[in-house]
Amino acid sequence: MEMFIFILAAIASVACCLMVITQKNPVRAVLFLIMAFVAQAILFVQLSAVFVAALQIIVYAGAIMVLFLFIIMLLNLRKDEFGGDRHPFQKFAAVALAALLAFELVIVALRDGSRSPSVSLPENFGSVESIGEILFTKYLLPFEATSILLMAAILGAVVLAKKRLDD
Amino acid sequence: MVPLEYYLTLSAVIFAIGVLGVLTSRNLIVIFMSIEIMLNAGNLALIAFSRALGDVSGHAFVFIVFAVAAAEAAVGLAIILAVFRNRESVNADDFNIMRW
Repeated sequence: MEMFIFILAAIASVACCLMVITQKNPVRAVLFLIMAFVAQAILFVQLSAVFVAALQIIVYAGAIMVLFLFIIMLLNLRKDEFGGDRHPFQKFAAVALAALLAFELVIVALRDGSRSPSVSLPENFGSVESIGEILFTKYLLPFEATSILLMAAILGAVVLAKKRLDD
Repeated sequence: MVPLEYYLTLSAVIFAIGVLGVLTSRNLIVIFMSIEIMLNAGNLALIAFSRALGDVSGHAFVFIVFAVAAAEAAVGLAIILAVFRNRESVNADDFNIMRW
């Protein structure tokens, strides 16, 4: 049963990611990306990462993708805006290089032999409590650095949205 | 129980799809979405390792990646908006003001 759900979610996420990069219409691409994120949230639940799965749906599929959708609708893009490739072999070279990269990554992933998850999990693995505890003790400095990063991003977005590039 | 390698392989394939999107796409917004796909492939690998090792640290990393993705989306989309205001286009080929 677990294997069946994994295969289903894996096929869904790969297919949706492929649709994202092949769609002409960016609004459809965003909707497919949301579907890919939901499929990955299912995988997270299977890996006992319940809190992260909820965050994936709320923050990623909910907030970030709505921001994308908002910008696309604000810009009101035409579909025929993007012409053909500048270089004749560009698509072919891109597919070949991406396939090579996938091949290499899969080799690395499979190289060390079977190491199936045999560790017995602690009782509250992946709960809000355990993640909160580790964030505020072991990873306190990265957590604080993240807050500074978000602060800088807010200021940067405001500054960029206000002024034009040439003045 | 699904073995760890299956998750890592899936993560590798999704990452490669993201790279393919960055390489082939003309639309700045689609390039941006491909970057989000790559971040998510990394998240999947982190969660899979976290489960295999029985250590919750991977979840904390993913939490921080979410924050980075949100910051990146906010600033990146603001940049795209600024580009669009200057060039009336989001085609990556039209945007070469950083070139000398």
